[in-house]
Amino acid sequence: MFSLVRSMWLIFLHMFHKRETYQYPEQKAPLPARWRGRIALTRDPDGGERCVGCYLCAAACPVDCISLQSTEDESGRRYPEFFRINFSRCIFCGFCEEACPTYAIQLLPDFEMAEYSRQQLVYEKEDLLINSEGKYPGYNYYKVAGMAIQGKNKGDARNEEPPVDVKSLLP
Amino acid sequence: MTNFWWIIGGVLFALLNTAAGLIWVERRMLALWQDRYGPNRAGPFGLLVVLADTLKLFFKEDWIPPFADKIVFVFAPGVVMLSVLMSFVVMPFGPHVIVADLNIGLLFFLAMSSLGVYSVVLGGWASNNKYALLGAMRGASQMISYEVFMGLALMGVVVLSGSFNLREIVEAQRTMWFIVPQFLGFLIFLVAGVAETHRLPFDIPEAESELVAGFHSEYSGMKFGMFFIGEYLGITLISGMLVTLYFGGWLGPAFLPPVIWFAIKTFCFILLFILFRASMPRPRYDQLMEYGWKVLFPLSILNLLVTAAIKLWLNN
Repeated sequence: MFSLVRSMWLIFLHMFHKRETYQYPEQKAPLPARWRGRIALTRDPDGGERCVGCYLCAAACPVDCISLQSTEDESGRRYPEFFRINFSRCIFCGFCEEACPTYAIQLLPDFEMAEYSRQQLVYEKEDLLINSEGKYPGYNYYKVAGMAIQGKNKGDARNEEPPVDVKSLLP
Repeated sequence: MTNFWWIIGGVLFALLNTAAGLIWVERRMLALWQDRYGPNRAGPFGLLVVLADTLKLFFKEDWIPPFADKIVFVFAPGVVMLSVLMSFVVMPFGPHVIVADLNIGLLFFLAMSSLGVYSVVLGGWASNNKYALLGAMRGASQMISYEVFMGLALMGVVVLSGSFNLREIVEAQRTMWFIVPQFLGFLIFLVAGVAETHRLPFDIPEAESELVAGFHSEYSGMKFGMFFIGEYLGITLISGMLVTLYFGGWLGPAFLPPVIWFAIKTFCFILLFILFRASMPRPRYDQLMEYGWKVLFPLSILNLLVTAAIKLWLNN
């Protein structure tokens, strides 16, 4: 009996506590930097696109919402010919971001992407590409990994170390 | 005679608006007690949520299930509104603001609030749905058993004031409100009143976590709205009765008119009802019955006996 009265009193006191609500359209909730929202394709510091069209994101995607076709430019650098994400399917799990070897595909803290028609939720490459390095500023995949060019393989130049043979690391 | 119609019109207008306004009050208060804001978008302080809600109820599909007993199904929601509104007939809102000054006012109130159980039973039965039937069964037994000591608890007041007439009961509290000599009776009537309106924590007939929505599972549109408004009217009725019987009704310092005093006191009890909902868990069904018959029933008889004995002793 006493505990009932006590809990009623405590709940009555909640009237004077601070509200938990964010008045959403006027007052935005603070989203952490790693919040998984809209997916974007980032660029490297030189402004080129990071994506190398390896299909790992499409393979990792549990709902198959990513579709792309890779192709090569004159120098043999791979890039996606088209890159399409169907956001009406996407579950924002972030597996594509984890799978990406070049940090190209990233999830941004943004969720305001409502549309009136489903077709509008299919984002093409030009919608996905952003003019930013995302969460990894200064990272350039080919500067780290090296790249074979005409007449010179990886590790052939004077100050270069030969590339690690990943197969030799196997147990 | 014109005065009479003015009172009827005024009471109806005030009651129906109170019941509708309680939609907003309840949501807002529950929200405040849960550290939220509640409805605050439509209109000033979100007051127009009442309008939005009513419009929504009117435009909802009013569906009668093909397996239901059609006539009873349509009839049942009206009963709860009607019986509760009839109870207000004997309620003294002010010294002369009373629709019918019956000399059996209290008995009339008890009779009418018992009739309310018909809407629960008939609604649940006519729905022809297992959950609705379970809810109706629970509702019937809960309301009937809580009715018993609700009446017995009130008899203490009757013994003290020597009248069933609600106006005379209020007049008898000029020297002292009955909450002081009848504190136990007040507590019992409060618990019974919550059970009578099947409000939380005693919302066992509708218990949404076990029975979908209990006896009104199959109801939609304005028929559901009738149950909804009936429940709010029931809260207002029990609050008004608590005020009339134990808190001096319209009596109060002269700087405010008596009707305002009555409204203020009633509103406090309505808030208490909402606070009950915000803070208490629902008891199990058998716990409810056990509590009613084994604790509250003997207590109410004891209350009546002691009150009567003291009254006799003082009279001699």
